[in-house]
Amino acid sequence: MAETTAPATDRAGETAAAMTDGAPAPATSRARRGKPRGILVPLWLGYVFLYLPILVVVVMSFNESRNLFVWTGFSLRWYPELFADEAMMQGLVNTLIVATGATLIATVLGTLLAYGIHHYTRGGLIRAFAIAPAILPDLLLGIGLLTFFSLLSFTLGLHSVILAHGVFATAFVTAIVLARMANLDPSLEEASRDLGMGPAKTFLRITLPQLAPGIVAGALLAFTLSLDEFVIAFFTTAPTQPTLPIVIYSMVRFGVTPEVNALATLLLLVSIVAVISAQRLTRLTGTSR
Amino acid sequence: MTTTTPQATPAVRAQRARRGLAAAPFLAPGVFFLIVFMAIPVGLLAFYTFFKRGRFGGLVFEFTLDNWAKLAEPLYVGVILQSVGLAFIVTVLALLLGYPMAYAIAGLSPKWRTVALIAVVLPFWTNFLIRTYAWILLLNNAGFVNQWLQAIGITDEPISMLYTPQAIVVGLLYMYLPLMVLPLYASLQQLDPSLREAATNLGASPWRAFRTVTLPLSLPGALTGCIFVFVPAMSNFVIPELIGGGKTVMVGNLVRDQFYEARDWPFGATLALVLTMLLVVVIVIQAAVSRRITEGPRRG
Repeated sequence: MAETTAPATDRAGETAAAMTDGAPAPATSRARRGKPRGILVPLWLGYVFLYLPILVVVVMSFNESRNLFVWTGFSLRWYPELFADEAMMQGLVNTLIVATGATLIATVLGTLLAYGIHHYTRGGLIRAFAIAPAILPDLLLGIGLLTFFSLLSFTLGLHSVILAHGVFATAFVTAIVLARMANLDPSLEEASRDLGMGPAKTFLRITLPQLAPGIVAGALLAFTLSLDEFVIAFFTTAPTQPTLPIVIYSMVRFGVTPEVNALATLLLLVSIVAVISAQRLTRLTGTSR
Repeated sequence: MTTTTPQATPAVRAQRARRGLAAAPFLAPGVFFLIVFMAIPVGLLAFYTFFKRGRFGGLVFEFTLDNWAKLAEPLYVGVILQSVGLAFIVTVLALLLGYPMAYAIAGLSPKWRTVALIAVVLPFWTNFLIRTYAWILLLNNAGFVNQWLQAIGITDEPISMLYTPQAIVVGLLYMYLPLMVLPLYASLQQLDPSLREAATNLGASPWRAFRTVTLPLSLPGALTGCIFVFVPAMSNFVIPELIGGGKTVMVGNLVRDQFYEARDWPFGATLALVLTMLLVVVIVIQAAVSRRITEGPRRG
């Protein structure tokens, strides 16, 4: 930079420096083009760490042998064996029942809560209360509900898991719908109320359709989280009605067959499809806003 | 909820009552549900900590402070410290590994950013138990890491890796790394690139520009990531059991055992509450630190 003493020339010097040294556009594009490739090395290493275990499981699901650690040849035998495994299939059915029930509870309660919180509360107390289950350690909620149900002599089963999963799922739906709510144009609701519609009618006719993408996203998240949830289900279900994660848990504890590899591969496929379609969905709703 | 107005005139009170009545159909079902199935169960646990255990689980209604006193026993103090230590190591490793990843992703073109982020999140949506099991396949004595090490000739004998504390650290790190990368990415991506450019234009070396501009501004994201990793790592009991072989006991394992093996529910409840309080303390500290970071420069 040009060092000058007189203030007047100083300013002139600055502009001159900006002119000569300037041309900011080529400078930045040069910086971008010349970005060291080395920066991507840790990213690739991170991906190796994240995907290597999954890759091993997927490859071994096509292994012929019953031995988990030795590759003997290609075979698809574990896939039909998986579907013939009654414990696994029962676990899958149980999990789907639980996830559906919990999602229904959470979608209804979470949407209502989000609407109520957005319109009728000022302090953050009810908001914090509604979102608390998402932050509460699953262990605490699990044993709390176990204690509560056993005190009431409430028989454990899928219905108790549905209620338990409904708790944390409600928190996630509330959070997502609230976020969507904050982006809505309030003038539509005001117009509806000015024209004499009651709060219930305004909610059903005006707010709900606008919230739909947020509600769907919340419901999807609730469903996925419930499918995968282990700790709370572990404490709140009956031993005779395990969900799929509990079936996998006891298999890993007491002896694994390569069926688990096949199951893992299929579940991975499902989550790839789910994540990518959720991405599409949010992008669509993002642009429609 | 908020009674900030000094004098509520009857008119104001009536208006408030009407508002409350209108809010009820929206708020009441959810609040009622969460009171019954969250607040009461957690409150019940707190209540249980002051009573004696029943012989077959449950409790006897006889007041005692034994459950809290028991925490001071060296065995339990050791388990709690060990859990804090392991979760801390996992958090630091996640930060060291996650920061360069998030930094690299934030520097990608928008299209590749999305792809790179999905690739980080995807393993997280794969079943938690299956990801745990994958590490058993890798770390077992007959497992793939040992097979590879022997193939390259690094070792002749299999190295025992499974059922060690280190294996627990690797398992927890694997499980929660995406939770570190996401908030870090969010804060790095919001950074105005012109700030760093200004620093380099003014003659700062790239390292200095990073250290004085990028790093401080990404600290809130780093802190959030640390909480996201530390909190679940601390209460996890599946990984210590399945990958650690139950040899390294963490607080979560202890809680589980109190409910399923020792049948000492009051003590299990005490441990779970202590765990939660510890986590609350950590979160409060994090919130205070990150408020200080974001408000600091403005105050001057």
